[in-house]
Amino acid sequence: MPETGSAVSRRKFMALTGGSATMAAVLAACGDDSGTTTTTTSQGGTSGGDETAQFGKGDIGILNYALTLEYLETAFYADVAKSGLFKGADLATIKKFGSEEAEHVAALTAAVKQLGGKPAKEPKAEFPLDDAKSVLELAGTVENLGAAAYLGQAGNIKDPKVLASALAIHSVEGRHAAALNTLLGESITPDGAFAKLADVKTVLKSVEPFIVA
Amino acid sequence: MSKQDLIHPELADVHVVEDSQDLTRSDVILKGALAAGAVYGVGMVGPFVKRALAMSEGGDIEILNFALTLEYLEAKFYEEAKKRAKPNRELTELIDLIAEDEKQHVEALTATVKQLGGKPVAEPKFDFPYSDAAGFLKLAETFEDTGVSAYNGAAPSIKSKDVLASAGAIVQVEARHAAAIRLQNKQEPAPEAFDSPLDEAQVLKAVEPFIA
Repeated sequence: MPETGSAVSRRKFMALTGGSATMAAVLAACGDDSGTTTTTTSQGGTSGGDETAQFGKGDIGILNYALTLEYLETAFYADVAKSGLFKGADLATIKKFGSEEAEHVAALTAAVKQLGGKPAKEPKAEFPLDDAKSVLELAGTVENLGAAAYLGQAGNIKDPKVLASALAIHSVEGRHAAALNTLLGESITPDGAFAKLADVKTVLKSVEPFIVA
Repeated sequence: MSKQDLIHPELADVHVVEDSQDLTRSDVILKGALAAGAVYGVGMVGPFVKRALAMSEGGDIEILNFALTLEYLEAKFYEEAKKRAKPNRELTELIDLIAEDEKQHVEALTATVKQLGGKPVAEPKFDFPYSDAAGFLKLAETFEDTGVSAYNGAAPSIKSKDVLASAGAIVQVEARHAAAIRLQNKQEPAPEAFDSPLDEAQVLKAVEPFIA
């Protein structure tokens, strides 16, 4: 029986994968935003497995981090739907995506409670809603970032059920991102064949401008 | 078997589903494969069952090989479609993009299986029944949505964090393909708030008809 994945240390795996440009690209993509370093781990960041400590311990912290992002997405789509900037099919899409983000909020809230944790509070947020184009661009940015944020945490999640739930949400964020990229005339897969992840620091820095309290 | 089963034989199907948690993975795969065989002919499922059963015994390598089989299918499907699907210009661009992604997934999974000390599965022969762009797009929607759910179903069983990260990086791209294909079909790009996982048996059942 050959050594299985679980028995292969990260260092060894990196050495093993060194010969493959494609896998090297995947693993590099698992690093920070610059994508140029292989010293970051596939666990999603430079600070090891507990980057979400500020949101709670272990899986609860990860779920609350995700919940905070889903709150922001839900608020964003609600504001956009009310803005009057969109009509018809575009408005329907925005409402549909918004309702799905709200379902994510409900699911994550329930999951935190099931694990015995306290769900994160909804942040107060404001979004620039100047014109349809810039709003769609912001939506695209938010969804691509959201998908990358989930990808960044997949390796840190301990409970397989929590992982299954996070993955079920992660791919929907990917779908949203691709749909918005299509509307914007941008590539559906801006990172190529392998999606890049984003670490907590990068994600929080990106959403910070929209949080007012 | 409980008394209930004997009194209400019509509930047997329901109980099979409920009991499936107690079955070994081999049992579940066999059940699904047999169901597929009943529909599509028993002779068809032989080699595929063997591969899938091997998977249930071994961990990450087997999961990667299962994923590789799906990626073989997608890569071949889009490669063929460049000519067969009679795509217009817009669809040609999408097919080219997805074909390249799937090819890279095949390469990455093959390399990873080897690097973990395993043997990559051989590429099966495929048969895709369609004659025009509409037929192609309908199949594409099935393959992409199935692919997303297959990865989502298998990923929690992955032991290595690096393999999990790679699977995650791939499944997000499959989801992006799914959304783009669904838009071509005038369907909701994200019909549900959660992409539910499929187990191996369900995935087998979905792809079996296209393995020649």
